[in-house]
Amino acid sequence: MVDEYPEEICGNGGLVEIRHLYKSYRRGSQTIPVLNDVCLSIQAGEFLALMGPSGSGKSTLLNLIAGIDRPDEGILLIDGINIPTLSEAALAVWRSRHVGFIFQFYNLIPVLTAFENVELPLLLTDLPKPERRQHVEVALSLVGLEDRMHHYPQQLSGGQQQRVAIARALITDPTIIAADEPTGDLDKVSAEEIMELLSGLHQEFHKTIIMVTHDPRAAAKAHRIRHLDKGILNCEDEDYKPLEL
Amino acid sequence: MVYLYNSMVFKIIYRNILRHRLRTILTVTGMAVAILSFGLLRTVVGAWYAGVEGSSAYRLVTRNAVSLIFRLPLAYLSKIRAVPGVSAVSYSTWFGGIYIDEKNFFPQFAIEARHYLDLYPEFIIPEEQKLAFLKERQAAIAGRQLVEKYGWRLGDIIPIRSTHYPANLEFVLRGIYTGVEKSTDEGRFFFHWDYLNETLEKNAPNLANHVGVYIIQVNDPDQAALVAAQVDELFKNSLAETLTETEKAFQLGFVAMTEAILMSIQVVSFLVIGVILVVLANTMAMTARERMNEYATLKTLGFQPWHLVGLIGGESIAIALIGGIIGLVLSFPAAQIFRSALSQYFRIFHVSSVTLIVGLLTSLGVGVISAIFPSWQAARVSIAEGLRRIG
Ligand SMILES: Nc1ncnc2c1ncn2[C@@H]1O[C@H](COP(=O)(O)OP(=O)(O)OP(=O)(O)O)[C@@H](O)[C@H]1O
Ligand SMILES: [Mg+2]
Repeated sequence: MVDEYPEEICGNGGLVEIRHLYKSYRRGSQTIPVLNDVCLSIQAGEFLALMGPSGSGKSTLLNLIAGIDRPDEGILLIDGINIPTLSEAALAVWRSRHVGFIFQFYNLIPVLTAFENVELPLLLTDLPKPERRQHVEVALSLVGLEDRMHHYPQQLSGGQQQRVAIARALITDPTIIAADEPTGDLDKVSAEEIMELLSGLHQEFHKTIIMVTHDPRAAAKAHRIRHLDKGILNCEDEDYKPLEL
Repeated sequence: MVYLYNSMVFKIIYRNILRHRLRTILTVTGMAVAILSFGLLRTVVGAWYAGVEGSSAYRLVTRNAVSLIFRLPLAYLSKIRAVPGVSAVSYSTWFGGIYIDEKNFFPQFAIEARHYLDLYPEFIIPEEQKLAFLKERQAAIAGRQLVEKYGWRLGDIIPIRSTHYPANLEFVLRGIYTGVEKSTDEGRFFFHWDYLNETLEKNAPNLANHVGVYIIQVNDPDQAALVAAQVDELFKNSLAETLTETEKAFQLGFVAMTEAILMSIQVVSFLVIGVILVVLANTMAMTARERMNEYATLKTLGFQPWHLVGLIGGESIAIALIGGIIGLVLSFPAAQIFRSALSQYFRIFHVSSVTLIVGLLTSLGVGVISAIFPSWQAARVSIAEGLRRIG
């Protein structure tokens, strides 16, 4: 499929380069198109907010970028790697190194303490235990939870749980932080705190953050906002340079 | 692979097991009961076959070819002795008596005493007791278990009323034998065939001078088939034709009468395992379904399908083994209760190491099989799909 529009493959040297991305879901015999011809470039160090009405495909797009779902067709280059061509196992390894994912409902493992949840991604590295411990302590102090390390998720408030999730996303020093409505389940005050934390981390560490949100106040913290509507992100909207594959 | 050696796996498995305590307790209890029943049923079957296992390859049993119910003339003795390859011959008769009350059943044998005890070295009798037994016409020997059960002492008078013969005999206990091995039957009662025969000559002369079976000892077990054929050839076309077989074959034939019952016990023991397999498989499937969201999260973090298989399999196997081991441990006191309650039927009733190993392997198998379907589901589900299921 890629071969059909080689002349249109273009870009501007971004960390993430998406060209003519399509994705549909099958529900029974029906095929539901979700993403139609999406183009997007994201620069390294950028903080991008994805907005749009419910069902417009924001989560779907974020999942594709984070390598937890596969497009039907199109190009999705991240740091020069065409993600959809990776095998399932290679993709898992790639995710563990390059993506930190923050979920709307935190998705902490309930039987593990805050410390253990944050340590989890490090178990896939060959870091020895003392160093893992150090990393986890640093990450938890970054999100201001050093005194809650040995609490279980249900002993923490929503905002605290989300901070643990942020620490977990940061712990492997990933290339991209992908956040799907990180404040969607929080009250106003906690949401504010989480956004302060994210934008603070962004300023301090210059991480590339891609955040899906419904909340204009959250989106206001981002550098750039893209609106997704009915699965369309116009390819003409961005000023692309040719892209070498 | 680092992951495998990491204590985090065991932590997660351990805490997941404790997550729904009631569910885990019920499943473990079910598993324990199933393995306990399995072990006991197998032990029952084993007890039936114990006589077979205790049999010697050096011994042949000659019986009436028509049926065990018919007996053989005493006159056969000298002819059998003359067969080449035979090193010793003895004989015994099943007395089938009742001690005081109908429920007191135990096997009694009227034996030709001098050779018989030599033929059965697995019964150990102190030398002076043996001599006392041989000297006295009314003397009897009983197995240790039997003696303990009825609280007999040496010198006690034991009256036994036969249901087969017109004979109510009184014996004097002169010896107590013990078994060489754990599986040796310690529940038999032996007395002099001569004593029975004298009584029969008085009361029922037509029944006298016959024996139940001849026991032949051969020089060489490899020659057993040949000796058996020669013995049977001797009495071909006579009034009482014989059937000679190895003691093992003879015992198996005896057990075969109850083969159908044993078979159904065995079927039931496997059904029990089948039931617990379904129960555990269902529990694991339910558990995995509830945790699909967590599995998807772990996958998002970069964990591979086999990591999840490890978590689910580990939990399933742990539950199955804990239950199984509890069941096996409980089978010892349970077997003790069985032994004392049913001692007249099962004189040998101990949980064998084979049963323990089979029980353990069965538990392991149940754990593995129960994990297959949920593991497959968790490994296969796409992350996007799994994340949409709210745990
Ligand atoms: N795994 C799936 N199977 C079937 N349909 C799906 C699946 N995931 C998403 N969809 C459908 O794709 C469309 C886009 O879903 P998506 O979750 O990307 O929307 P969204 O923009 O994130 O919406 P929201 O703001 O409500 O989270 C919806 O119609 C949804 O029902
Ligand atoms: Mg969404």
